[in-house]
Amino acid sequence: MAANATVKSAPPATSAAEAAAAFERRDTRNRWLLSAPALAILFFASIGPLGIVVVYSFLTKGGYGGVEWKFSTDAWASVFFTRDIFDDTLGFADAHLSIFWRSLRLSFLTTLLALVVGFPTAYFIATRPEKTRALWLFLITIPFWTNLLIRTFAIMEVIRNEGIVNSILIGLGIIDQPLQIMFTDTAVMLGLLYVYLPLMVLPLYASMERIDFRLVEAGYDLYANRLQVLRRVILPLVKPGVIAGSILVFIPSLGAYVTPRVLGGGRNMMLGNLIELQFGQGRNWPLGSALSITLMVVVMVALLFYVKNAGKSGVRHG
Amino acid sequence: MISKTKIAATAVTFALLSGPALADGELNIYNWGNYTSPELLKKFEETYNVKVTVTDYDANDTALAKIKAGGHGFDIVVPSHNYVPIFIQEGLLLETKPNQMENFKHVDPQWVDVDFDPGRNYTVPWQWGTTGITVNRKAYQGDINTWAILFDTPAELKGKVNVVPEMSDVIAGGLAYLGFSTNCNGNKEELKQVRDLLLKAKPDWISMDYGNVEKYAKEDLMAGLNWNGASLRARLQNSNIEYGYPKEGIAVWMDNVSVLADAKNVENAKLFQNFIMDPQNAAMISDFAQYANGILGSGEFIQNKDFATAPEIVMPEGQKTFIMPACPPEVTELYTAIWTELTK
Repeated sequence: MAANATVKSAPPATSAAEAAAAFERRDTRNRWLLSAPALAILFFASIGPLGIVVVYSFLTKGGYGGVEWKFSTDAWASVFFTRDIFDDTLGFADAHLSIFWRSLRLSFLTTLLALVVGFPTAYFIATRPEKTRALWLFLITIPFWTNLLIRTFAIMEVIRNEGIVNSILIGLGIIDQPLQIMFTDTAVMLGLLYVYLPLMVLPLYASMERIDFRLVEAGYDLYANRLQVLRRVILPLVKPGVIAGSILVFIPSLGAYVTPRVLGGGRNMMLGNLIELQFGQGRNWPLGSALSITLMVVVMVALLFYVKNAGKSGVRHG
Repeated sequence: MISKTKIAATAVTFALLSGPALADGELNIYNWGNYTSPELLKKFEETYNVKVTVTDYDANDTALAKIKAGGHGFDIVVPSHNYVPIFIQEGLLLETKPNQMENFKHVDPQWVDVDFDPGRNYTVPWQWGTTGITVNRKAYQGDINTWAILFDTPAELKGKVNVVPEMSDVIAGGLAYLGFSTNCNGNKEELKQVRDLLLKAKPDWISMDYGNVEKYAKEDLMAGLNWNGASLRARLQNSNIEYGYPKEGIAVWMDNVSVLADAKNVENAKLFQNFIMDPQNAAMISDFAQYANGILGSGEFIQNKDFATAPEIVMPEGQKTFIMPACPPEVTELYTAIWTELTK
């Protein structure tokens, strides 16, 4: 009976294992099928085009734009080095380096200013009664309804020589010559700040909204002054928001094109403009591709730095 | 719910029906920004029942790059004279034979047998002008008929100068100022001096930008390298503005309406080429952008009555001029290298 039972039960056991394996196979297949659309988009919209950019950066430039299908590392060499056209000496491509440096500097300053302006704004909204918060948030998002270009031109009307700021200052007798703000790095930074400020406020608000304000009260109860509460209680709690906001402002600033184009007067180029120049007037697509990749690497490094730092301080405060 | 769907369906049907009914066809024009008269387009649309769309560009190179890349959807492009041979040589233009079109008889004979398109087998004149110097007299009262305004900027104008970022115009200006040949000059010794001149001058400039009519009128800019029509338009808004003809020589150019080899609306594009050679229509082009058009008999239709005598349009007696031809690649390469160094 017992032997019989084991013999009888053996086949169902293997078929159960088979069924399990089959189930697992089907499961894997389903999982692949289900993620196929996402993978396809990722491949065709992200990795694929990126691959094309990489390939182009290793080709020879065509006479009037475009590329010739001949391998060349000229583009990559000219990202960093330049050959003098007249005495043929090789030197650092200080033109590119100075544009890289300007882009990094302006983006960093923009991020810092956005944080300084955005933090109190977000705090203000988060501490309003729940009913009115939506209204304040709504006000923050209103500028997004207008096209970026139009917002940039609006800034130009404010800061130009006959613009609002200069007219008021001259009218009040504070200055007698208009301040030259247009076409300077300051103009570019102001433009970037205005355009990207909501991207700082929104994530900051999102993390502040979740703060349990009893913790703030507890801080005061424990004899912390306002600065200490801000530093020891609020800041650690909103750190994710600060990081997210900074990334959201820093990265688009680094690749900004319209703002420096309109407010910088074509003399104060940023990376976005330098890259565009290569595909347009410069007729050097491989160099444009190489510069694009360099920009992406810079962004990646910045991101990794942020993420790593965020992790570390999170542990310390946690 | 039902009524909403019904309304939507009706709207869609209506859109589908009325879309094609509105126009017999389309025409996509790729032209310089702030350069195409809306009245002209409206008249063309009404005459031929064609829907016209205009897209802007700001430099010949931008247009060339975009068209070479393909997939642009344009029918017409308006390159400057020195880019026409490049477009033709690269196989980007369609040989539409404007010289056999009905209105070709109106073209000024001096613009028919041109170097860049002998006998006009591809292109039709759009507008022509000069690249000189705009100065706001409020800021500077000295001599403005010299390239020194840009390259040895007077103290009053330092930091208020704009230079239009057209590579060949800027380098030609430098060559003329130093007294060298502007005819595709590839002499390294001379170009080196031009480079040094430009690099020395650049800190005195405030911007290198297009689209300046507004900025001159509003006095954001007080002087600069500019086109005569743009300068005239600025003067119409601000009477302090004057146009200078550099005595060292001034560049003459012409922009030309050409049909693209991969145009989808070839017939409409040809109609447009013929249309703008009609003096009445050519006058509309000039009335908008304030440049001469190269069509005989258009003068009497131009509404700006000062146009015929405007100092921006009528060149001074004995003015030294030159036309920049399309340069061979080895010369262009030198110019591009100087240009990159200048625009960093």
